[in-house]
Amino acid sequence: MHIIENGNAAAALGVKLCRASVIAAYPITPQTPLTEKLSEYVELGEMKAQYIPVESEHSALAVCIAASSAGARSFTATSANGLLYMHEQVQWASGARLPIVMCVVNRAVGAPWNVWNDQQDSISQRDTGWIQIYCADHQQIIDTVIKAYWLAERVSIPVMVCYDGYILSHTFMPFDLPEPEQVDAFLPPFKPDYFLHPQDPANLNTVTLPDVRMDVRGELAHGYMEIRCLLQEDLRNALQTAAEAEKRFAGFFGREADPFLEPYRCDDAEHVAVGLGSITYQMRVCADRLREEGVKIGVMGVRYYRPFPDEALAAALKGKKGVIVVEKALSYGYEGALMSDLKSALYEYLAGTGSLPVVQNFIAGIGGREIRTDDLTQTLRAAAKGRVSKEPVWIGLRL
Amino acid sequence: MQAKSTILSLPTEEWVHPGTRACTGCGLSIAYRVGLKALGRDTILVVPPSCLTVLQGLFPVASTKLPCLNVTFASTAAAATGILATLKAQGNDHTTVAGWAGDGGTSDIGLQALSGAAERGDNFIYFCYDNEGYMNTGVQRSGTTPIGAITANTPYLGKLQQKKDVPAIMAAHRLSYVAACSAAYPLDLYDKIKNCLALPGTKYFHIHIPCPPGWGYDPRYGIKVGRLAVETGYYDLYEIVNGEFKLTAASEKLIEKRKLIPVREYFRAQSRFRTLTDAQISDIQKTIDEKWAGYYKKDE
Repeated sequence: MHIIENGNAAAALGVKLCRASVIAAYPITPQTPLTEKLSEYVELGEMKAQYIPVESEHSALAVCIAASSAGARSFTATSANGLLYMHEQVQWASGARLPIVMCVVNRAVGAPWNVWNDQQDSISQRDTGWIQIYCADHQQIIDTVIKAYWLAERVSIPVMVCYDGYILSHTFMPFDLPEPEQVDAFLPPFKPDYFLHPQDPANLNTVTLPDVRMDVRGELAHGYMEIRCLLQEDLRNALQTAAEAEKRFAGFFGREADPFLEPYRCDDAEHVAVGLGSITYQMRVCADRLREEGVKIGVMGVRYYRPFPDEALAAALKGKKGVIVVEKALSYGYEGALMSDLKSALYEYLAGTGSLPVVQNFIAGIGGREIRTDDLTQTLRAAAKGRVSKEPVWIGLRL
Repeated sequence: MQAKSTILSLPTEEWVHPGTRACTGCGLSIAYRVGLKALGRDTILVVPPSCLTVLQGLFPVASTKLPCLNVTFASTAAAATGILATLKAQGNDHTTVAGWAGDGGTSDIGLQALSGAAERGDNFIYFCYDNEGYMNTGVQRSGTTPIGAITANTPYLGKLQQKKDVPAIMAAHRLSYVAACSAAYPLDLYDKIKNCLALPGTKYFHIHIPCPPGWGYDPRYGIKVGRLAVETGYYDLYEIVNGEFKLTAASEKLIEKRKLIPVREYFRAQSRFRTLTDAQISDIQKTIDEKWAGYYKKDE
């Protein structure tokens, strides 16, 4: 069924379809309409779930961590400083291998205070051991939430579903609402291997030593390092599981796409503009204009940021003259985080092949600064002509 | 109110294995052992980093035979909420959820989550075992460290501020049950847990825990020190049931006796109070006497 709704509603509908049974949230703009919607579903009895109005984001994820440990499919959502306030719990959730799904409605972080969109919040959580997926439209938001639960529960790793605040969260778009029976068939009930239960007591997340240690049966149990290494291995292998999720989803709902990348006019392109989230659709407009001028340019949306689809990305960019990475976040003191990750993937797969593209970095839309399509087009036009700067260049800056 | 327990009437089943990693003479070992006997098998525990994390043992060995979720420092009460919500979603209305946190994890970093859960009225029991400092990290001051106590970060002057009255804060949440207990009176603790199990919403227990390395006394005197705190009227055993305050056990008996041991005796038994001056001790004695004058008056 096609409906017209805003991005937050798309996420809420996805969570409802997934039958999350414990939801905890603390209000922060621009996430609020999403969690308000969920509280509405629960109060009206449309959704059989416990909705916990917690007193902080730290507690929101605490509730989800405990709920997931006790066997519930749990959900929370946040933005900006709310996500930063959660940071300790974000690390805890992945370390404890809990398949929580969290929507991050991307917003700039303070100081100074700013409530508008950029992606510094979720990018700053890059190294927390979560799967991070970026959405570019409302269909992707609802579909990604559904796929995220399937993937998370398969690999026992939590998933952040990230989408741009306001640009996606508060705008209305038509999208296909999956049928509940179809979602139930796609996503079976959550049945973890172990959950907290008095009949089967276990002590979870106890102090774990640097070295391996004998258990009571005389078998070697993992040390902290083994446990963390398994998280890394399983995250890397999650790329494969993500591809399976995409295929499975297509089987049920007919929408199939490359799970990791979203290329646009890239096949014959000499230059490719790369980004995360809604900006990639804006860059498609720029690419169309530049194509009319004869600039052979395409756009590559990166959907999975962690685990990073390094091999797929390097293969897709092989032989291109230039790569232009446009980001709404920055690793302060160096360059955009996506820029660094992309360069390292290119180095790994293309070094010595003679086909390493020139890579440039542009920073745009920080703190909600309007990204004018004319400015963006001009930036891509200039970058396609040759290297603008070694340092990241801020688009629309008026210093 | 059920009959008062005796040491012989306690269940013989143990929920804590012997030989834990707790310090010799640790008051928590007593309170935890007896507390779990009262809670029983159908219980899920939540524990933040604290001395109890150490007592619980190192992976893959655990000293507690009940299911236990170790959580981040500030999130004990919120995690209890999460487990409760899940039990509710699973249609389980019988399993007890209990948080066990230290005084730092309760009165300082965990207070926000505890207040949130209490305000929501989430149906679980919260135990604050109060050894009056961050003992697990090497005896630093906490919100519940008493005035005058020497700690690792109040090394010469002793703590200059009053102990935070956490049970009063929790009582202000209008809980169905708030109790102040002591590891030196384990049967009082046991009976109080049994009494509150059927009450709705959040139940709060504050347990005074003598700590040999943190307080500075020979481990063999833990019970003696704990009892002195009560017998001097310095720390009171009580319960607040639906807003009704009542002294219990040894503190209740002190009402009849109308006689307290001088608080100096309590301070003398520990090295952490060694810099308290006579004037300071007199001030504290005055405060205690005034508090008890109030108790006596209520009793008349």
